[in-house]
Amino acid sequence: MATRLQFENSCEIGVFSKLTNAYCLVGIGGSENFYSTFESELSGVIPVIKTSIGGMRIIGRLCAGNKNGLLLPHTTTDQELQHLRNSLPDGVVVQRIDERLSSLGNCIACNDHVALTHTDLDKETEEMIADTLGVEVFRQTIAGNILVGSYCAFSNNGGLVHPHTSIEDLDELSTLLQVPLVAGTVNRGSEVIAAGLTVNDWTAFTGSDTTATELSVIESVFKLREAQPTAIVDEMRKSLIDSYV
Amino acid sequence: MAEVAGMFTVQQTIGNVLCCKCGISMQPNAANMCAKCLRSEVDITEGLQKHVVIVHCPECDGYLQPPRSWIKAQLESKELLTFCIKRLKNLNKVKLVNAEFIWTEPHSKRIKVRLRVQKEVLNGAVIEQSYVVEYVVQDQMCESCSKVQANPDQWVAAVQLRQHVSHRRTFFYLEQLILKHDAANRAIKIQQSDQGIDFFFGHRSHALKFVDFVSRVVPVRTRNDKQLVSHDHKSNTFNYKYTFSVEISPICREDLICLPPKLASSLGNIGPLVICTKVSNSIALLDPFTLRHCFLDADQYWRASFKPLLSSRQLVEYVVLDVDVVYAEVNIGGSKYVLADVQVARVSDFGKNDTIFYVRTYLGHLLDSGDYALGYDLYGANSNDFELEKYKGLVLPEVILIKKSYEEKRQKKRGKPRCWKLKSLNMEVDNSAGKGRDQAHKMNSEYEQFLRDLEENPDLRFNISLYRDKEYQRSETTSVADGEDVPSIPLEELLGDLDLSDIYVEEDGIRE
Repeated sequence: MATRLQFENSCEIGVFSKLTNAYCLVGIGGSENFYSTFESELSGVIPVIKTSIGGMRIIGRLCAGNKNGLLLPHTTTDQELQHLRNSLPDGVVVQRIDERLSSLGNCIACNDHVALTHTDLDKETEEMIADTLGVEVFRQTIAGNILVGSYCAFSNNGGLVHPHTSIEDLDELSTLLQVPLVAGTVNRGSEVIAAGLTVNDWTAFTGSDTTATELSVIESVFKLREAQPTAIVDEMRKSLIDSYV
Repeated sequence: MAEVAGMFTVQQTIGNVLCCKCGISMQPNAANMCAKCLRSEVDITEGLQKHVVIVHCPECDGYLQPPRSWIKAQLESKELLTFCIKRLKNLNKVKLVNAEFIWTEPHSKRIKVRLRVQKEVLNGAVIEQSYVVEYVVQDQMCESCSKVQANPDQWVAAVQLRQHVSHRRTFFYLEQLILKHDAANRAIKIQQSDQGIDFFFGHRSHALKFVDFVSRVVPVRTRNDKQLVSHDHKSNTFNYKYTFSVEISPICREDLICLPPKLASSLGNIGPLVICTKVSNSIALLDPFTLRHCFLDADQYWRASFKPLLSSRQLVEYVVLDVDVVYAEVNIGGSKYVLADVQVARVSDFGKNDTIFYVRTYLGHLLDSGDYALGYDLYGANSNDFELEKYKGLVLPEVILIKKSYEEKRQKKRGKPRCWKLKSLNMEVDNSAGKGRDQAHKMNSEYEQFLRDLEENPDLRFNISLYRDKEYQRSETTSVADGEDVPSIPLEELLGDLDLSDIYVEEDGIRE
């Protein structure tokens, strides 16, 4: 299921939050509303962590991560790094990297297996991404935009990209990512997908301007209708029982 | 660029996205919304005028362009559309793409215009929308029409054009000049009166302009006067009626003049007997015996005004018996003259006596023995001119020939129509004196004489417009044989009449 919410009257909730299959980071807001929405959806499944990065709330744009690890920019303070290391589950590797392009969230888009990156990232950073996140790295653009992290959002089930992406580009990207992709919008026609949407394998959060049409596109491409945290296990169990019987 | 460099480029097929509002599949655009949803979201015609009141004058079909000018326009015309669009405020905020009339019943006093406008909305998406503006037409008479309605004869300035001679030749010519230059188009009323024409105008400036025109084509003397009609001493406004008295000099073409001694000596002892050969804003004089010539402008004339000794109505017909050229051909002011000694006899004397005159004339190139000529009979004339008496010992010639006569040849053509016609001013004739029929008969014969003059003198018709008579049919009997000598107007000089309305047809009917 996808949930619509706002961060302090802003619909760009992808800016203020980072959702992966293993954890969820949220920015520190003036009120608890934003945090509690995430908490009510995700409590008991994955930890929801309030944090800032380099003293800023726009954590979604500054860090990149998946269930294997979390990449932080060089502006991150030692305390924040320590706080995140303490709060995150044990399997998640936290790494601070020395990259000139410090808004990692705009430059890197990833799921648990593949990452698309900005074309100008350092060679060391690319290696670091591959090591820390355990992914294959592709330097790509989306509909002519080099900020791949801003103009697409994808999970292990599917992905949503900039509406102007051509059919050829869509084919190429979905071959690279091995997930179905669709061109679309969030927040009533906004083309900055990752700013309005944050998604993992079983849930998604979108800005409150998102229309029912957009929501239905999101739910169908990310396969959120029947998705539950335990769906994979259920499916496996069913097949096990099938084969057993 | 890429093709030039021989690079491989991937073909880019634009995919479809779903409209974010209604979910219809569409090409992605700047707002990522389909046109219908975008239109429902924003109304670009908001703040634009949809009801406008315009003021219309039912008399002259004009529309009021504030503050006070009136634009003449037909319904559904381009001018009216321009006017309607100009009346809309705030239209500069959008881009106008198209405008058209929607038909409405003329009696409904409504004009509807469908406008199609474009405007940029929501991050760069351009939206186009059409809407209808309803104009309510309010009838209100314009100032000039209401003035005419109240009293059509409300003239402010009158020009009284006068020439104190016994014929109307000058006015026939002047009428054609006025028509050609459209000089009297502002006149409210034109009235024919004894020895002249009165023109009435709605404004003093129109009358002044007309007087100016007249003084450029004939030698005139003007006087003006004004009469106070009303005044408002509080606002210091005065309402006058102006009268311009314009007197044309009585000297006409072909008149015989005896110059006053002073004037003759100031002109280099010309004459004193001279012939007027041409009248424009100056008077051209020719001494028939020496072929000296001079010009008098209006100022010079009125300083020492004189009257003709004999005028063209007193011309007598002569038969030329013998011509003896004295001097070779000379060219004076564009016309040729040859000095010759001729023997002439009066036509009226034929069969009565053998009176023969030996005179000198300037028509040597035109005359031949046996021809007829018109001249002034000073031998038989009984003149009592003051100027003539001042010259002691002046020997008067017996005859002064003025022009060749085509009367004999014209006899054959009598009654046959001309292939050309003239337009005429819409003049009111004052018939109150009761001399109607006689006057009309005289007018007609003078007009016929004027038409003949036009045929004989190319430089006279140089300034006026002749029109082809469509009703004229060339009859079979006017063969080549008899048409050779009588001067007529070549077809190239005639203008085709523009026949847009039937106004001219009616006007022509007055004379013909």
